[in-house]
Amino acid sequence: MDIFEVVQPGPMTTVQDLGRIGYQQYGVPTSGALDDYAFRLGNLLVGNEEGAAALEITLFGCQLRALQDTLIAITGADLAPAINGRPAPIWESLWIKRDQLLSFSQLRKGCRSYLAVAGGIRVPEVMKSASTCVRAGIGGLNGRPLRKGDILRADVAFTRTAQIPAKYIPTYSNALALRVILGPQDDYFTKDGISTFLNSEYTVSAQADRMGYRLEGPVIQHSGGADIVSDGIPLGAIQVPGDGLPIILLVDRQTIGGYTKIANIISADIPKVAQAKPGDRIRFQQVKGAQAVTLRQKYEQQIEIIKLLLHP
Amino acid sequence: MIYDEPRFLSGGDRAVFIEFGDVIDPEANQRVIALKLAVETARIRGVVELVPTYRSLLVYFEPLQISASELRETICRLHHSAAVHEPPRRKLVKIPVAYGGEFGPDLKVVAKHNNLRAEEVIRIHCRARYLIYMLGFMPGFPYLGGLSPEIATPRKTTPRLKTPAGSVGIAGNQTGIYPIESPGGWQIIGRTPLKLFEPSREPPALLQAGDYLTFVRITPQEFTAIEKGIRNGTYKLNSKLIE
Repeated sequence: MDIFEVVQPGPMTTVQDLGRIGYQQYGVPTSGALDDYAFRLGNLLVGNEEGAAALEITLFGCQLRALQDTLIAITGADLAPAINGRPAPIWESLWIKRDQLLSFSQLRKGCRSYLAVAGGIRVPEVMKSASTCVRAGIGGLNGRPLRKGDILRADVAFTRTAQIPAKYIPTYSNALALRVILGPQDDYFTKDGISTFLNSEYTVSAQADRMGYRLEGPVIQHSGGADIVSDGIPLGAIQVPGDGLPIILLVDRQTIGGYTKIANIISADIPKVAQAKPGDRIRFQQVKGAQAVTLRQKYEQQIEIIKLLLHP
Repeated sequence: MIYDEPRFLSGGDRAVFIEFGDVIDPEANQRVIALKLAVETARIRGVVELVPTYRSLLVYFEPLQISASELRETICRLHHSAAVHEPPRRKLVKIPVAYGGEFGPDLKVVAKHNNLRAEEVIRIHCRARYLIYMLGFMPGFPYLGGLSPEIATPRKTTPRLKTPAGSVGIAGNQTGIYPIESPGGWQIIGRTPLKLFEPSREPPALLQAGDYLTFVRITPQEFTAIEKGIRNGTYKLNSKLIE
């Protein structure tokens, strides 16, 4: 049934799920929610499977009118959500009534907010996923961001309201420490280059979107050229082209690239990147593979615990 | 060069590169494709997705299901067994192309740059068999090897804002086909009515890394007929197995 009408889309609001898996070999980016943690928790709050399609709302400006009484949850960034002008809570599920207006009007913390709807947003699946990839024009609502006048549909579902306990709610900082594993082309850099990378502060530039973030800061020195024979690009890879400035590659990244990759952000830290915005500061911290796996284990265990708390 | 033994390089906690060399080379690519097929067939628990490229295979995996060291051992074993097997059988796909005129506005540029007649450019372009090294850059886009240096031509100094889907072009010593309409600086010499990328098709890409293609010249009338055949579902792709 119809649940929301888009009154104002905001700068970049898209339908996402956990991504389009298995199609990178054909040149199709995975896409999917950039902040996996906030996205999955949003779905759990409204009783959905954690991968159900939901909205990713970037920065402020989005306004939606409810066409039905609907159970929703807002997670991730604090974009000052309000219902008919009254502040609405985040990290908990709540009812919105028919004809009420849900608005996101101000950037307080983070960068991307998720709106999960009981039953999940319904769009045709393309290559087994609901995720929008704007660059390829596929998924979501006709492969594009939301527009004024769009109608969002969902399957009907009901559950009781719930809250994420405070200790599981991330705090978003303007100064991030991101843990990385060096490689695959760390041997293309001088010792000084690696040291610059690991010991400097970088700033997120204005060129920061779901494809990748260009960073500004000290130049990382290559030992030879910056070009390689093109190969694959994992999520969170940090490319350093000839200008020596790092680029973090994210869910809408091209599947193949020809620049050296100095390191890769560990999977447990990708949600932090998702909530970084232009002007935020980043430091990189080296970890070993085993540490990264332990951190991933903790990350997944935490989501399991929350799942049990919400739906015992 | 091609390495004696593949290198395993970290792509973070959820991906590993298996690199066979540091060159664009059919032999290195063949090893990539052979390993990709072996990994697919083995259905290793925890392997999520495979991306074959010129000279390496990127393997995405779930470290909570398979450890990096266990994955490495399994892949090493497969590589050594795959290496002794016959190289995989490849397909040769024929791509019909209408050259010149409205289909290939830069055919004359390519001819002039190489001091050839337009007819000779077409003959040379259709003569070769091209290896599909990998797909990427945009969905369904094939990276091809085998362009004759006789018709290599630099990119346009000012890229076009729109190049229609199916456009066949030359950029430096590469030739390629645009799967979807997009901006680009390639010298466009012709166009194919085939759909290289179709999101609703499984698989969505017409071509597959490791296969070969040739270009076959068609007339504008044939272009229209094939286009119609594709729309009606009556067109059959011309491809055959080769050794």
